[in-house]
Amino acid sequence: MAILSLQSVSKSFGALKVTDDVSFDLNAGEALGIIGPNGAGKSTLFNLITGNIQPDRGRVLIDGQDVTRLPPMDRVRAGIGRSFQIPQPFGHLSVYENLLVAARFGGEIPASEAPGFCMDILSRTGLATVAEKPSGGLPLLQRKRLELARAMATRPRVILLDEIAGGLTDAECVELVATIRSIHAEGTAIIWIEHVLHALNSVVERLMVLNFGRMLMIGQPDQVMASPEVREIYLGIEA
Amino acid sequence: MTLNRNLGLCLAFLALTALYALPAIAPRAMVQDLFGILTLLVLAMNWNLLAGFAGLVSVGQQAFVGIGAYAMFAAIILAGLDPLVGVLIGGIAAALFAVPMAFFAFRLNGAYFAIGTWVVADIARLAISQWKALGGGTGTSLPKGTAKEMAFVDQIKELLDVSSAAAADALTYWLMLSLAVGVLIASYVFLRSRMGLGLQAIRDNENAARSVGVDPVKLKALVFLLTAFGTGLCGALAFIQITRVTPDAAFSVIDWTAFVIFITVIGGIGTLPGPIVGVAVFYLLQRLLADYGTIYLIVLGCLGIAVMLFARRGLWGLFIDRTGIDLLPLTHRPPRMVASRPAAHRRSA
Repeated sequence: MAILSLQSVSKSFGALKVTDDVSFDLNAGEALGIIGPNGAGKSTLFNLITGNIQPDRGRVLIDGQDVTRLPPMDRVRAGIGRSFQIPQPFGHLSVYENLLVAARFGGEIPASEAPGFCMDILSRTGLATVAEKPSGGLPLLQRKRLELARAMATRPRVILLDEIAGGLTDAECVELVATIRSIHAEGTAIIWIEHVLHALNSVVERLMVLNFGRMLMIGQPDQVMASPEVREIYLGIEA
Repeated sequence: MTLNRNLGLCLAFLALTALYALPAIAPRAMVQDLFGILTLLVLAMNWNLLAGFAGLVSVGQQAFVGIGAYAMFAAIILAGLDPLVGVLIGGIAAALFAVPMAFFAFRLNGAYFAIGTWVVADIARLAISQWKALGGGTGTSLPKGTAKEMAFVDQIKELLDVSSAAAADALTYWLMLSLAVGVLIASYVFLRSRMGLGLQAIRDNENAARSVGVDPVKLKALVFLLTAFGTGLCGALAFIQITRVTPDAAFSVIDWTAFVIFITVIGGIGTLPGPIVGVAVFYLLQRLLADYGTIYLIVLGCLGIAVMLFARRGLWGLFIDRTGIDLLPLTHRPPRMVASRPAAHRRSA
């Protein structure tokens, strides 16, 4: 059974249709990439999955259970973790406390186990040395890492990554991809929106292309990238 | 750091002992003065919890003072209850009033929330001024001798060998001091807990807090109700000593909210000792500038602006930054060593 399913999900803001009849299944442990031009509705799709936005039509299912009307907090506890495109740290709290919030609420980890659990994630994401620093003053790479670490602390079965490699140098990107690969190797399913295609294609098993809110294509990355329609719309290369 | 902490705790214990002993050794005027300071301190600590930790900048806290005071007067005049029972009813009435107020105000954010709470408080003032049984717009007074006939006044009178009026003052002073200590301890315990951590996450970023499983509405509503209860108790207790209530006095935005905001901001918003420092500075300024009329208010305003510009975490925040000493730290420090992986990183289906 699919761990996450979207069935004919649509969403409009006024006359603008930002998500148009999108359906797909995500299997347990699978990594799915999402690409598309700016304004294609990629982040909106994440917001529909996490419950930050309610769809006008269609259903969202986790493990076959309809969660369409559940608030974001309940979906986190059902196993959906997310990072934001623009990092949103709890700026007055330390890096460690950012994870502690996620572990205690979303991850439902008991108080006695939470410190060790959080420190382990901080070590894996390369943030252990800045654990006590206020998160509001971190540079971009560490903010991106914190987004990933905080999502991990909710103990997700599906983790949604929104342009987490955007703005990073190649070296920083390689480090981040290694961490994402290790999360995936442990069996966590991933949906990753990204414009850094070499990073994305080194992790995902399937690729989805969105354009004007519609799902244009879904399949293996090399097949999708070879599609003339995708190359024209996304890369601007005429067939 | 531990030495500083122990020293701080010893000093706090000594100060508290001296404060509790005050009615036995100090003149009545000083007890009354300190009662006023403690009233502002309790209000400031409640407002700090609301604005400094939950991000709910309310300008309508006078609604809870007024409701608490009027409920207490109603309990005494209309139901013939003891004033101390009336104080408790005042707190409960304020908390009950907070339920519909939250229903309205929680639909608003930021500056709109601030204005919205002010509007609700003013509506409450206008509604209360229609309550003819409690004097309508002109208000009413406590029946003569009410304070002197309060529970425990006779025992205190014998214990301290003072007049009934002084014994009543001592009782209300001790109750206000205990309320201040209670609010401080409860705030510390609450903010160190899981819920306190969630509350600070909401203050920093409500959307991100939701995405890690924190329920902002539930937590903010809880804090709103708890601070309404504390503010209502404080208002009721304050008006036992004032002995007369009018809608304008009980719902005064200047006395019960503006000064309270000033105290919290200069002391250190978002820190627990901030309101204590703020109320001490406020009292000193009041004493020093009492004879200078409007200059007093101008100086208060200038000081508030200066602190907001140059020491955004207030005087207590400045002290922490300079010395590194924090007597009531709320931070959760990470463990030094990672022994093992205590919990699975991925939950089972």
